[in-house]
Amino acid sequence: MAFELITDNLGFFAKGAILTLEISLSAIAIGFVLGILMGLGRVSRILPVRLLSTGYVEALRGTPLLVQIFIIYFGLPSIGIYLSPLVSGILAVGLNSAAYQAEIIRGGIQSVPKGQLEAARSIGMTYTQSMRHVVLPQALRLIVPPMTNEFITLIKDSSLVSAIGIWELTLVGKELNAKYFEPFQIFIFIAIVYFIMTYATSKIMRRVEKRFKIPGYGAEA
Amino acid sequence: MLKGVNLSVYKGEVVVVIGPSGSGKSTFLRCLNRLTEPTKGDVFFEGVKITAPDVDMNVIRAEIGMVFQSFNLFLHLTAKKNIMLALTKVKGMEVEDAEKKSVEALERVGLADKADTYPGQLSGGQQQRVAIARAVAMNPKLIMFDEPTSALDPELIGEVLDVMKSLAKGGMTMIVVTHEMGFAREVADRVVFMDHGIVLEEGAPAEIFTSPAHERTKTFLARLLKE
Repeated sequence: MAFELITDNLGFFAKGAILTLEISLSAIAIGFVLGILMGLGRVSRILPVRLLSTGYVEALRGTPLLVQIFIIYFGLPSIGIYLSPLVSGILAVGLNSAAYQAEIIRGGIQSVPKGQLEAARSIGMTYTQSMRHVVLPQALRLIVPPMTNEFITLIKDSSLVSAIGIWELTLVGKELNAKYFEPFQIFIFIAIVYFIMTYATSKIMRRVEKRFKIPGYGAEA
Repeated sequence: MLKGVNLSVYKGEVVVVIGPSGSGKSTFLRCLNRLTEPTKGDVFFEGVKITAPDVDMNVIRAEIGMVFQSFNLFLHLTAKKNIMLALTKVKGMEVEDAEKKSVEALERVGLADKADTYPGQLSGGQQQRVAIARAVAMNPKLIMFDEPTSALDPELIGEVLDVMKSLAKGGMTMIVVTHEMGFAREVADRVVFMDHGIVLEEGAPAEIFTSPAHERTKTFLARLLKE
């Protein structure tokens, strides 16, 4: 088995890996911002907001990501919206992750003791102020472990955008395999690169968790 | 479940509400600042009907402090920042002023040295004193206490009651739901006995404790004093 195949094509692999990272980070960001909004929407006292967020979560969680990617990339042009493959891919993965992140954030919000919101409201803070300064800061700390899971899943699922011709890591592998036909070597290497990314994510998130741990509260990390 | 409570509290007065658990004492307090929405009846605060739909409760609540049985300090903030949060966000104070005020409030409850400590690192008694400081720092016109010592170990109750006594001496208007009869006897201007969602009787502590008019008050006090 010749490893030159890997070393000769390192630049190509690197480009794919960087694109995978870019897609993942952008999608995580989109998912996080939307996830917070939807998560708050899920616990809102306003019924239409609650229904809308619930509908969003159920719809995006209940259909395959690959199909969602196809809807955005192949489907949107028929109603006059043209997006590049990369934008379509990032959007699809981000919107999909938003549904999962919304659920995680809702769980976090609901894990914050009820007395926290009551204390904030009883001292004159508005609902929005109470959420922003009291409930969310605590909820976000509680959800680091499940968020780590979600980010790792997202990095792996980003390989699905290879289906619409984005040259991220997986598609690079397929292309090289078509050229050299060394699937075992190539895909094991690809898997290792994914693993490095996901393992790094888990380490970084562990640091985030420790960095923001509230002294004297919860289990010692 | 409240069945009709008619009660006036005057400026500077300390009213202690007693009664068996489930008698509606906490619900009554929570209706006063509408943490629990009363389904019927009205609440007036300084002549303003605060149960009216167009009242901005946030403005009213900033003037009514509340101290909870479970302290409810903001867990992610230090003692000082717990006090500063509403000063800056609700009262619009500058950070430096809020910080000064917050340290002063902590001094009043004897915890100036705990300014940078998180709630989880404080004892229950200390947490409750910080919670009282948080309420006091807002310069409220009234502070409501919802069983402030019920979650405390017996040896920590005294320090919290002492802070409350000094507040009362300072002229603060207070409504206190408690089972601490010693505190009621010593500090209360008026004691209110609630049972089954109504005020059964009210009067000066000496009256209520020595010659209660109702049989149920008698039974309750007898049981409590036996413990």
